[in-house]
Amino acid sequence: MTAGPRMGFFTDTSVCIGCKACEVACKEWNMVPQDGPLRLSGTSYDNTGALGASTWRHVAFVEQQRDDQGLRWLMSSDVCKHCSSAACLEVCPTGALFRTEFGTVVVQADVCNGCGYCVPACPFGVIDRREDDGRAFKCTLCYDRLRDGLEPACAKACPTDSIQFGELDELHERARRRVDSLHEAGVADARLYLEDEGDGIGGAGAFFLLLDEPEVYGLPPDPVSTTRDLPTLWRAAALAAGTLAVAVAAAFAGGRR
Amino acid sequence: MSASGSADGDRRNGGRRGGPVRRVRGSMVPEAEFRSYYGRPILKEPVWTWEIPWYFFTGGLAGASASLGLGARLSGNHRLARSAWTVAGAGVTAGVPLLVSDLGRPERFPYMLRMFKVTSPLSVGSWILAATGPAAAGAAVSDLLGIFPRLRRVAEAVAGLLGPALATYTGTLVADTAVPVWHEAGRELPFVFAGSAAASAGAAAVLSTPAAHAGPARRLAVTGALLELGAAQAMERHLGELGEPYHQGPAGRLARLAKTCTAAGAGLVAVGGRRRRGLAVTGAALVLAGSACERWAVYKAGFQSARDPRYVVEPQRARLAERQRQQPEH
Repeated sequence: MTAGPRMGFFTDTSVCIGCKACEVACKEWNMVPQDGPLRLSGTSYDNTGALGASTWRHVAFVEQQRDDQGLRWLMSSDVCKHCSSAACLEVCPTGALFRTEFGTVVVQADVCNGCGYCVPACPFGVIDRREDDGRAFKCTLCYDRLRDGLEPACAKACPTDSIQFGELDELHERARRRVDSLHEAGVADARLYLEDEGDGIGGAGAFFLLLDEPEVYGLPPDPVSTTRDLPTLWRAAALAAGTLAVAVAAAFAGGRR
Repeated sequence: MSASGSADGDRRNGGRRGGPVRRVRGSMVPEAEFRSYYGRPILKEPVWTWEIPWYFFTGGLAGASASLGLGARLSGNHRLARSAWTVAGAGVTAGVPLLVSDLGRPERFPYMLRMFKVTSPLSVGSWILAATGPAAAGAAVSDLLGIFPRLRRVAEAVAGLLGPALATYTGTLVADTAVPVWHEAGRELPFVFAGSAAASAGAAAVLSTPAAHAGPARRLAVTGALLELGAAQAMERHLGELGEPYHQGPAGRLARLAKTCTAAGAGLVAVGGRRRRGLAVTGAALVLAGSACERWAVYKAGFQSARDPRYVVEPQRARLAERQRQQPEH
């Protein structure tokens, strides 16, 4: 496996029009089955609700009533972040989750045994188990298309270039220029999310330009990969096991009473 | 995150508001207002079902019983050793099917041993179980049938020494997730599970051993119960507001029941002692129930914690605020 440059997504939510072409293109290309009964969430035009085993792109709709500027719409296409420090991959006991030559994180369906450990490990609530199938599924960043030199289906379908695919380094530069130009244009709320390699997940392969705090879009404001704390966690387990052994030994110290 | 802009300016609007003004543990910064996407969860709830808390119980019971069995053998208390090894063998024999049936693809259970990954407590635990399980079951069968005595000694050593790891890795397993009530209790959970395992192993041996031989089992039940209660208390104190699930809903009820059963049971075992076997047996049954309820409380608390985005957003906001206070430029 020759590792090329790391590939990823830059999702510029400032130009998202909420058309859901990304959701449809993803479903079509990846043959992702229907995700529960068709419905509107009852809260704006979001009908997928959240990312899951059968929703790999999710368009969020936020309606904000602001005192001074009237109504504001925020739309954002969410996706797996393909974290540099990916908790799902690290806790996977079978090795079904792996890192590809493009730096993306993919589940091998022929290896996954459906243990479900990746599900609560993800700090973004992305990956989930498909209950009728039993295995875990999530965005593959169109691994098959990438291997054929194509861009992912969602980026291809996006009519406004809100979803941009490319080499991560180049996307970072483009994103910084975009934030600067938005600030100059008076959009002071624009900020980048998950572009910093010093953050708790070591930076993401899919990062975002947001117009409000991440939690408004259903994203964690300061995600940390749970496996960062593993040395502490294992030390506690060893100490506890030692304590248990001592407790057993002590129980025999009093003889056969 | 190179957050910029005037987010504070319109903090009163947009998103879903929820929760009163509150302070997050470890932070002097009161949270102005909690915002979320229509109150929807950020994390996914675990997909695990009832098999998992029962496995936590049976695995802990088996692990601590194996150690108790080894101790009994070494101290020459062969009657107690028989009880402990029988329980250990039964515990792993019940535990493995529970684990297999919780898988989305049970027929792929052997894939658990495809690799050894230290970053995955489930991988490490599978190997611990793969070594301890056959050893404990083999030791029990060998003891009951009186066959292969030399092999039994090896099996008892393996299972007895790995038993504590089998009893505690499950605490680390749940702590190594993004679920706040589990992850933030990573230092205490293995102790809760160790205490719960020791208490249940002692109690099971009290139930299955004549009082004259059950002294070490009674002592283990009581010290285990004290460890379980103390560690759970420490965990809840350390969690602060993140520990709310242990006081609300199903997890709250189970946690209360666990404490009551464990405390009352340990008291009865201690008072009953060698002479009043009726009291000791009643106490042991309560300790067992308390241990099972404790695992169920931890399990249920994880679901309640994952469901509420407040437990994700508020500590992370406090962390960001703290970082920004230390480095004002960022």
